[in-house]
Amino acid sequence: MRVNTTKFAFITIAVGAAVMAFAHWFNVDYLYFASYTILQFIVLATAWNILGGYCGYVNFGSAAFFAMGAYSSVALHKFDTLIDHWFSGSFAAILHAVFPLPIPILILFGAIVSGIAGFGMGYLTLRLRGSFFAIATLALAVVLQTLVVNWEYVGGSRGAYIIRPESIEFAGITINYIEYLFGLMLLLAMISLVTARAIEHSQLGFGFATIRDDELAAEACGVPTLRVKLIATTISGAFMGMAGAPFPYYIGYLQPSSAFGLEYAVNSIAMPMIGGTTSWVGPLVGAILLGSAQQYATVTISSAVNLLIVGLMLVGFVIIAPNGLIGLVQGWRRAWRKP
Amino acid sequence: MDISFDLLINAIAAGLLLGGFYAAVTAGVSISFGMLDIVNIAHPGFVILGSYLAYFININYGVDPILVSILMLPVFYALGALVYQVYYLSFEKRGQEALRGLAFFFGLLFVTEVSLILVFGVDYRYVEAVYIGPSIHIGLVDLPLRMLVPCVAALTLFGAIELFITRTFTGRAIMAVSQDQLALQLMAADPIRIKRIAFGLSIAIAAVAGALLIIIQPVEPSVGREYIGRIFAICVLGGLGSMPGTLIAAMLLGVVESLTATFYGPSWAPAVSFGFLLLTLAFRPAGLFGR
Amino acid sequence: MTALLHVDNITKRFGGFVALDGIDLEVQPGERLGLIGPNGSGKSTLVNCICGTLQNESGSVSFDGQTVDGLAAHERTHRGIARSFQLPRPFHSMSLADNLRIPLLYTVRTREGMLHAHSDLNARCHELLEMVGLAKKARQLPRDLTQVEMRKLELARAMAAEPKLLIADESMAGLSHSEIEDILALLVRLNERGITVILIEHIMSAVMSFSQRLAVLVSGKKIADGKPEDVVRNPEVVRAYLGQ
Repeated sequence: MRVNTTKFAFITIAVGAAVMAFAHWFNVDYLYFASYTILQFIVLATAWNILGGYCGYVNFGSAAFFAMGAYSSVALHKFDTLIDHWFSGSFAAILHAVFPLPIPILILFGAIVSGIAGFGMGYLTLRLRGSFFAIATLALAVVLQTLVVNWEYVGGSRGAYIIRPESIEFAGITINYIEYLFGLMLLLAMISLVTARAIEHSQLGFGFATIRDDELAAEACGVPTLRVKLIATTISGAFMGMAGAPFPYYIGYLQPSSAFGLEYAVNSIAMPMIGGTTSWVGPLVGAILLGSAQQYATVTISSAVNLLIVGLMLVGFVIIAPNGLIGLVQGWRRAWRKP
Repeated sequence: MDISFDLLINAIAAGLLLGGFYAAVTAGVSISFGMLDIVNIAHPGFVILGSYLAYFININYGVDPILVSILMLPVFYALGALVYQVYYLSFEKRGQEALRGLAFFFGLLFVTEVSLILVFGVDYRYVEAVYIGPSIHIGLVDLPLRMLVPCVAALTLFGAIELFITRTFTGRAIMAVSQDQLALQLMAADPIRIKRIAFGLSIAIAAVAGALLIIIQPVEPSVGREYIGRIFAICVLGGLGSMPGTLIAAMLLGVVESLTATFYGPSWAPAVSFGFLLLTLAFRPAGLFGR
Repeated sequence: MTALLHVDNITKRFGGFVALDGIDLEVQPGERLGLIGPNGSGKSTLVNCICGTLQNESGSVSFDGQTVDGLAAHERTHRGIARSFQLPRPFHSMSLADNLRIPLLYTVRTREGMLHAHSDLNARCHELLEMVGLAKKARQLPRDLTQVEMRKLELARAMAAEPKLLIADESMAGLSHSEIEDILALLVRLNERGITVILIEHIMSAVMSFSQRLAVLVSGKKIADGKPEDVVRNPEVVRAYLGQ
């Protein structure tokens, strides 16, 4: 039975609300911090999969798109502190009324910045052979990191402090700030999952799949392959930017090395690959499993061992289980039915 | 800014020396990516692995790093052949190289880097040899042996590869493998075997390049990532698989990087190579000398 | 009567190799044209230039009274040029029905007032599969098909785009005699519905029985064009192609 998108959205909202209620009932800060990271990986893995899994184009620069979201927030946050320095009079007053921007607006900005970057990367390289896009995304992360390191306004190599408020007030109710961030990331995870699933069952999803299978045949069937690929790189980039936008508030102190961290690039590839790339379920499963395993492992073993395990799992899975855990489960079920 | 002639000449000289070394680092990728169409983004991982082996043997047994790398050639060749066999069976044969093959190499790069961190830590390591330290002076130009020796070694290696590829039967078969598998089969050469040999060779070259790298500069595990951009920028700019093109592109990048580091500061240097790569992909995907 | 397809003096080079050297070709609406030539004579390159997979360096292609020069392959498909590939290129991860759904979604739907209801789409997929005798396998994957079924799927997918011109690129290579008859009958049926067909083929008996007109390419040049029985007696054709 196929559930339509509206129904699926309602189910997602119900699950999300349950998770939120459960977390609120527990109300342990560490739990919020840990699950925020996992939710963030759900968004990143889902975003990566929209391009990588559905279209078959590898993006090694997830960290760059994530960092663009994070740094666009930092840039806008900094702007608030410099209003009086740059402007005066009524214009400054107007700006003071608008700034500091609330995080949902920052998320929107992050999405726009990273979405444009995704479009640009695609436009420059997607007309060439497929592997050039992958190589270019590898390059993008380093170029951007160098730019940020040399950009004093956002803190350069020293990094930038973002003072996180203790709490936030909504219609008279005071909410713990980390709970607020957790709630926002939960919402982003829900939006990305609903979007990914809606794409799968739409005309666009069919277009994506033709690109993964055979671009020449796709063109012959009337699929505007370049346009379809650009849609994918834009959506994928935008979601990664969204995931990055609240990050400075979460971490409190943003350094280039943490925003461009290799773990984002690796995890956003490893999670869908290990979960399974053909549907929205794979990245979700991969992100929850790998994400929570890493949260557990960083406490018990070193973070380097932790990353080594992720790397080895990635290599192992692409060789042994090309369709990930979802593929394995489907295989077992098929074997079960016809013994 | 007042650009002194002295500084300019020395920056260019240093860039040319660096470029010679870059040619050796890229030679392997010119074979694997340029000729075999295998997007081995793990190549820098093998380079750094070569650096650490040279370091380990140099520090413990006092053997010259270049000598170590020559002794290590068969080992890296075998490693490369093994990696290709896995790649072929798991991805190329099933037509999955575009997505999973790339992820595989990315995983290898990552695993190499993290393993090196676990074994050697994140501190910079360096080797000891008689030619690290002194310089020769020719007029205004100051040529540190630390740069000159690797450059000469790299160019020798580069020349040897070029001779092998253009003059031997196996070498010509490697060039043919990407263009015409059928013709190759008619010549009674197994394309898979030829590709395995070529890939093994590309990894063996990576090991030598690694030993040269640790002579030029101290190395830590994540240095490899900076080389991804350099290697692919040079390879694409040189026209994918053309050895003379690779050499010229390597020299060009070396000089541009050296000038940038001299006049704008070393923190901009990584952006140069990657910026080069992005611009090349955007505007000259057929390479500098492509039509 | 104006021609449906008008190829005017097109040239295509690969490096120093001239694959097409000033080709002229006209195809009338409703015609069945056979295109033959030895291996490497430029047949597939010509198809690729007509369909927009390759862009010719000089000369021009017009279709249905309008130039299609500079248009991408998918835009030409939208205009009404459909093709099958020499080696079938199905979408491997999709069922047969979904394979046909692609041109319906991306080509037929772009035309006004066509196929907006979900049920119409399904019905059309079924109809097309029925036409080529694959209706029973609608939910299977292409890898479950035999050679001849794969060719039929390829033709059905080209037909799904509702073209004015169908270019069948070696749809019969490697098939048995009865399978060839099968495909030929299918092509004739399509032609009877008013679709112009260009058949590129090596198997002479098939080309001779199908074509109303025959064009011969040798080394990137068109050396003959006319009634099949005249063309095969043309001494130049005999020497360059049939005489070997």
